[in-house]
Amino acid sequence: MLNQNLKLNTKIFNSDVEKKSTRAGFGEGLLLAAIDDEKVVGLCADLLESVKMNLFADKFPKRFIEVGIAEQNMASVASGMASMGKIPFIASYAIFNPGRNWEQIRTTICYNNQNVKIVGSHAGLSVGPDGGSHQMLEDIALTRVLPNMVVISPCDAIEAKKATEAIARTKNPSYLRVARNDTPIITTEETPFEIGKAQIVFGPENGLAEVGIIATGPVLYNALMAAKKLESEGIKIKVMNLSTIKPLDINAIISLAKETKRIVTIEDHQVVGGMGSACAECLSEFYPTRIEFVGVKDQFGQSGKPEELAKYYKIDTDSIIEAILKIKAG
Amino acid sequence: METIKDETIKELKIKANDIRKSIVEMLYLAGSGHTAGALGMADVFTYLYFNALRHKPENPYWLERDRLVLSNGHICPVLYATMAHAGYFKIEELKTLRKFGSHLQGHPHREFLPIVDTSSGPLGEGLSQAVGMAIASRMDNGVDKTIYCIVGDGELNEGQNWEAIMLGAKYKLDNLIVIVDRNFIQIDGTTEEVMPLSVLEDKWKSFNWDVQKINENDFREINHAIYHAKNTKWKPSVIIANTIPGKGVKEWENDYKWHGIAPNKDQYEMAIKELNMRGDKLK
Repeated sequence: MLNQNLKLNTKIFNSDVEKKSTRAGFGEGLLLAAIDDEKVVGLCADLLESVKMNLFADKFPKRFIEVGIAEQNMASVASGMASMGKIPFIASYAIFNPGRNWEQIRTTICYNNQNVKIVGSHAGLSVGPDGGSHQMLEDIALTRVLPNMVVISPCDAIEAKKATEAIARTKNPSYLRVARNDTPIITTEETPFEIGKAQIVFGPENGLAEVGIIATGPVLYNALMAAKKLESEGIKIKVMNLSTIKPLDINAIISLAKETKRIVTIEDHQVVGGMGSACAECLSEFYPTRIEFVGVKDQFGQSGKPEELAKYYKIDTDSIIEAILKIKAG
Repeated sequence: METIKDETIKELKIKANDIRKSIVEMLYLAGSGHTAGALGMADVFTYLYFNALRHKPENPYWLERDRLVLSNGHICPVLYATMAHAGYFKIEELKTLRKFGSHLQGHPHREFLPIVDTSSGPLGEGLSQAVGMAIASRMDNGVDKTIYCIVGDGELNEGQNWEAIMLGAKYKLDNLIVIVDRNFIQIDGTTEEVMPLSVLEDKWKSFNWDVQKINENDFREINHAIYHAKNTKWKPSVIIANTIPGKGVKEWENDYKWHGIAPNKDQYEMAIKELNMRGDKLK
């Protein structure tokens, strides 16, 4: 059952569950952050509406910088603005930001420890028809390896909005991973959000769980659907929303592993270097635990509907169920 | 000031010669580093820190200060030496260049030396940061700071510079002054062999910048160019400074081999002797 304490969306398991993109949540959050703090500025590389920075740019045109199709320049310009006390948000598709401009992010933002917020939209297979060139599956790996960086991958539009406001209030270089497609609303305005805090969103009504699922991003919904289905078959599962991938909530992960002895990770990203790898690094050091990794297995994507791709690359609900049954069987 | 007094020029020349001595000494003690570019830019740095920048070495985080971005971070011995001579830290500390735990990293790093306006080293990224500083300064009401940015000519091979150059012109950043260290050398040979940049001033002009070219290491020319740049409206300014790599030590001048090496003991002693003699003459 859903964790009542988190005040999650009670309609999550309904077929008509409300859907909205995490990029839209970012757009709303940026506007709120900008109203709250005049130091917030926005930079964009010719994808204003796509990355939903338009709400902010319309309201605060003088605080918006259009740099053209030049993501490398955008990252370093933002570093310069941060050094003058601004809180710059730079947004583009994740494939270009932090893909194209990774070294500029490393040197001029992280090495310099400048307060720049990097927003990578259209991350993951869920971009769909645009094809493999635009399906960013390596951004979590690229960003979490950088010292000083905070990495957040929100599960829905509401969490994306809160995460945007939260990173605006910190001084760290931060990466926010959002996606293009409308995906189910899992949380509510009342659900707490804190950077670095994982949440158990689903668990057995009583007794200990047999398998722990750790999910990041909108595929948390697939994990919930899998857990719900197996719950009705008598399998006890806990589902964790790990929206902050760095800093990692080590205690929460260890605690889940201690209870279940079996972990399944799920992400719309390469398994290599991704969120599952981060969990594996943590558990192999502090509490060695058997893990099944659900994610893209060293492949590039291709064109197709998001649901077709999720099925083909095995990150859909059925694939999670398969992984749970496999790990449970030992 | 449009004109500069002979007396000021004399003082600047003496200061630049002292800074060159510090550069040679610190590089010799470090045992590695970039000699030619650092010596070539000593006059420009001396002029900036002793005659141009609005700054307070005793209050290095003063918010209204002008900013200086050194993009070609490998010539940092000239930045460190000039800052020390300007009073930011003890001249004695220059001897720690490139040593473990030193404030003076092989390439500038804000974590170790927070009083520099940016870390640098990887080429082609400073100009973008300077553009960001100039844009941010314009957004604020109050004192408009001048943002100075030093770039090497070789690093103009990096495409990111031209993205920044376009953005600077788009936003009409007349609070931004770029100085190109045009010494015609880079690691693999002359700039014209490795990747021809000529005609460099035409490139900047076509990107809608105000362009000036100054010859060699002449304080009068530097002074005039900075004065003109500060009074240019609606355009960012670039000053292409034809510097002499290795300037101050005759044997090293214009020899690209000195780009990335430090002097040994004999070379160090020879260079200091020559610089001492020049210093005596200047006085």
